[in-house]
Amino acid sequence: MSVLKLNQSNFHEVESADKRVLLDFYADWCGPCRMVSPLVDEIAKEHPEFLVGKINVDDEPALAARFGVMSIPTLVVLENGKVVAQSAGARPKAQILALLQG
Amino acid sequence: MKQYDIIVIGGGPAGYGAALYAARGGWSVLVIEKMSVGGQMTLTHTIDNYPGFDQGIDGWELGERMQKNAHRFGAETLYATVLSAQLAGEDKQIVTDGEILHAKAVILATGAEPRLLGLPNEQTWSGRGVHYCAHCDGRFYQNKTVAVVGGGNSAVTDALYLSHLASKVYLIHRRDALRADRVYQQRLDQQQNLEILWNTTVEELLAEEQLTGVRLQSTLDGTSSVLSCDGLFVSIGRKPITEFLDSQLALNEQGYIIADESTRTSLDGVFAAGDVRTKDLRQVVTAVADGAVAAHQAGEYLTR
Repeated sequence: MSVLKLNQSNFHEVESADKRVLLDFYADWCGPCRMVSPLVDEIAKEHPEFLVGKINVDDEPALAARFGVMSIPTLVVLENGKVVAQSAGARPKAQILALLQG
Repeated sequence: MKQYDIIVIGGGPAGYGAALYAARGGWSVLVIEKMSVGGQMTLTHTIDNYPGFDQGIDGWELGERMQKNAHRFGAETLYATVLSAQLAGEDKQIVTDGEILHAKAVILATGAEPRLLGLPNEQTWSGRGVHYCAHCDGRFYQNKTVAVVGGGNSAVTDALYLSHLASKVYLIHRRDALRADRVYQQRLDQQQNLEILWNTTVEELLAEEQLTGVRLQSTLDGTSSVLSCDGLFVSIGRKPITEFLDSQLALNEQGYIIADESTRTSLDGVFAAGDVRTKDLRQVVTAVADGAVAAHQAGEYLTR
């Protein structure tokens, strides 16, 4: 599946999702975010059983604040709208998948 | 059994410099990269001191182009984490999180990563008050109080950058003088909201829901004090990624692989290129040069 570009107005799509959700909080100017971004894209493509979305913290400060994001990239895993895992910093794909599959 | 002439560990400029020269020299080459190409270059927005790019180049793009350049001559890339390596003898085995690979020669180009303070709860608060990249996370501290630990160029540039965002910046340094270049020190003096705490070390992270401050200690008389801050940016240098080698190779006290300009290590057929090697100047251009030398040396070893 393709990656959803999330904002305040479409965020309800992931809150009501019946799949596990992976959120990637990032900014365009952040080097480690650019390391993680293609890995998140691959996970979205290879694992249709998950919903994957990206949130630009510059455009969506309220969503970043809601999840207590103080470092980017931050990866958040949601289930039934609730946070089940959260991790700051770039990490290899296998670790992101482990976080997601928890 | 997967067998290559040369396995390169690390996909930064040293790794792809080596892969380019080795593949172009006709050897079968695999680069193993744990995360994404470019290494530490990707953390730099514009690289202005790599010759040939007169307008500067984005570190990310340069990494991708180095990879494509090496792939054009047949080098391959595997995205995996190397857990351990058996480097002695003629058959060298690399154990990744997915498989065991064999090579006749190995080029270690693993680079370096930020050094941690080494405090007990540092991991817990990493990303929630304790940070290692001022340019990534500084914006979350607008109009707040932050502290930077360190005294080199990167600590000082971090402190200066943060002083434009935060209301107050403390620079905590364990000595009574900075190692940073003088040009930066003059700029520090001009910044009204920036204060330097000399002869001071961070002894403890104080936190509840998030970081609330740090406990400091004077290196002069050992007195302890508490500094309230919302964020702590650690900039105390880098440490080479050599732990997985498990003391098979000669390392110096800081953990860098001991090798001279030939890139030859204490083990036959094993070469060290880039920031992971003992050297004076750690730059993209010197990493790439190391890669070329390591590939040449590996070729000599393989034809011996």
